Amino acid sequence: MDFMTLIAIFDSTLRYATPLLLACLAGLYSERAGVVDIGLEGKMLGAAFVTGGVAYVTGSIWLGLLAGTAASIALSLIHGVASITYHGDQLISGVAINFLAAGLSIVIASAWFGLGGRTPSLPPEARFQNINLPLADTLQNVPILGPIYSELISGHTILVYVALLAVPVTWAVLFRTRFGLRLRAAGENPGAVDTAGVSVVRLRYYAILIAGLLCGLAGAYLADFAANFVKDMTAGRGFIALAALIFAKWRPWQAMGTCLLFGFLSAAAPYLENKSFMGIEVASQFIDALPYILTVIILAGFVGKAIPPRAGGQPYVKEQ
Amino acid sequence: MTLMKTILGATATLALSAGAVLADPAIVFDLGGKFDKSFNEAAYNGAERWASETGGSYDEFELSADAQREQVLRRFAEGGNNPIVMAGFSFASALETVAADFPDTKFVIIDMVVDAPNVRSIVFDEHTGSYLVGVMAAMASESGTVSFVGGMDIPLISKFACGYAQGVKDTNPDANVIVNMTGTTPSAWNDPVKGSELTRGQISQGSDVVFAAAGGTGLGVLQTAKDEGILAIGVDSNQNHLQPGSVLTSMVKRVDNAVYESFTAGEGVEPGFAAMGLANEGVGPAFDDSNAPLVTDEMKAAVEEAKAKIIAGDIVVHDYMSDESCPSL
Repeated sequence: MDFMTLIAIFDSTLRYATPLLLACLAGLYSERAGVVDIGLEGKMLGAAFVTGGVAYVTGSIWLGLLAGTAASIALSLIHGVASITYHGDQLISGVAINFLAAGLSIVIASAWFGLGGRTPSLPPEARFQNINLPLADTLQNVPILGPIYSELISGHTILVYVALLAVPVTWAVLFRTRFGLRLRAAGENPGAVDTAGVSVVRLRYYAILIAGLLCGLAGAYLADFAANFVKDMTAGRGFIALAALIFAKWRPWQAMGTCLLFGFLSAAAPYLENKSFMGIEVASQFIDALPYILTVIILAGFVGKAIPPRAGGQPYVKEQ
Repeated sequence: MTLMKTILGATATLALSAGAVLADPAIVFDLGGKFDKSFNEAAYNGAERWASETGGSYDEFELSADAQREQVLRRFAEGGNNPIVMAGFSFASALETVAADFPDTKFVIIDMVVDAPNVRSIVFDEHTGSYLVGVMAAMASESGTVSFVGGMDIPLISKFACGYAQGVKDTNPDANVIVNMTGTTPSAWNDPVKGSELTRGQISQGSDVVFAAAGGTGLGVLQTAKDEGILAIGVDSNQNHLQPGSVLTSMVKRVDNAVYESFTAGEGVEPGFAAMGLANEGVGPAFDDSNAPLVTDEMKAAVEEAKAKIIAGDIVVHDYMSDESCPSL
């Protein structure tokens, strides 16, 4: 395995990790505020569909992104109304979001484009362009660092950089602002927040709105990457993101680490297929299953303890 | 109450008369949907061709969940449709139970063998067709490395991969064939993002021709091949026009012919086993205007020669499903 192959794997890792990271951070906001969000998958799917459709019709990926994000936020609000305002079960309403998005996207796409639940291919001008960072071409020939800069760090679409930037921003918002403190408190001890005269309901709505926004970006990334929407194209990424969230123990930097790790596993798997190391052949199925296996190990408490926000999953009912 | 009775009565009469007159054929599409630009769409085209040529009408159903398979077969059989054609190997277990309950109805299953006195099983020699596109891939490749992206990791897809690899290696013994499967669950058919990523990985390993047998995932493969400037090979339907100029050819399964012939035979469709191979134009590479600039005369000659040899038995293409192994990989 030579150096350029490694670069290619890490490059691929970044692309695999981007939608996971965006969805994982979405889950982080939501769950830190005490709203369990199993509907990440559905929101991503809804956003991917609307992005694909609108970007094709308008010829602009930016309008697609805007519409996709709006769709994702709308799904978030359904979740919010059911589980925050009306104290419904958060898991059930999340599952409902997943079914709703999976069904609606196919039905609307069929009626809209008549392609059997698919949107037409986006022409190159209706997709995000790769961003070449300054000096990428000049530095290309510098040994080691050149390829790392020009191949790995430069040359991605804007959403990859947005996802990476969202990590420090999330950390700062959650751990360095008053809003973040209150948001976390709403997930740990909503009674105390209420006593302090801050509305738990409003905080939780803010959290799911941010989650909707981030899921929207993740969905738009998928639709842009594949250049069209294909039914069920999220292919379980929302659930992997949830697994990553648990693995990261609900912390932003660790979430990035975990998503990069899971992305790396996906990226490296095809290179390992049909090859053996030290006489051991690694089955690609095993690598596909590894994120789930690792999450189960973490949840079982073998490697540290994953303690979710204490008030997670409980609707907050004000004392009368 | 009277109104209710009238409505009920009318519905009953309608249902009865419909049952008596209706002997239209019916077709059930698999989960990919009838406009998947691939397998189901080919089946749909066959049905449409029959309808426009004969002026007949047919009933159709697109599955949206696995649980509907048995239900829809029963509904069509009870409604008097005959024959009932289903596109896809996944219908096998549902058909086994339903076929026994409707001995007077003829069923046709494509891509799978179901042994029942009223079932016609049509299977394709995917390995020989894949061999021919493998020959083309080896000739088109400049790097000597070609690749394959499969959908779900099942024996049928390995059959494509294995025939392809043999075709490549028989043409260029030094060639390297990279094979990747998208996944092990049905979501592997609808993951264009992963298909695209697998293709990029194969490109970084030197591949310059990629053959996708992966349903909706294949659309991502074709897109990436176009974006990265390499050649792709489509599957099932003629996909040459999807990304003109970068799709070398498509390994076409004439599912449309299978459906067309079944519909034409009508109630007299012959139960038993039928293989669609090279000899009866059941499989093979597609040539049209979209890929004409990419295909050389030598390629066409080589394909014709290999085809003749396979039909004559001079070349034996290994069928992965016969022993679950692939000597060429």
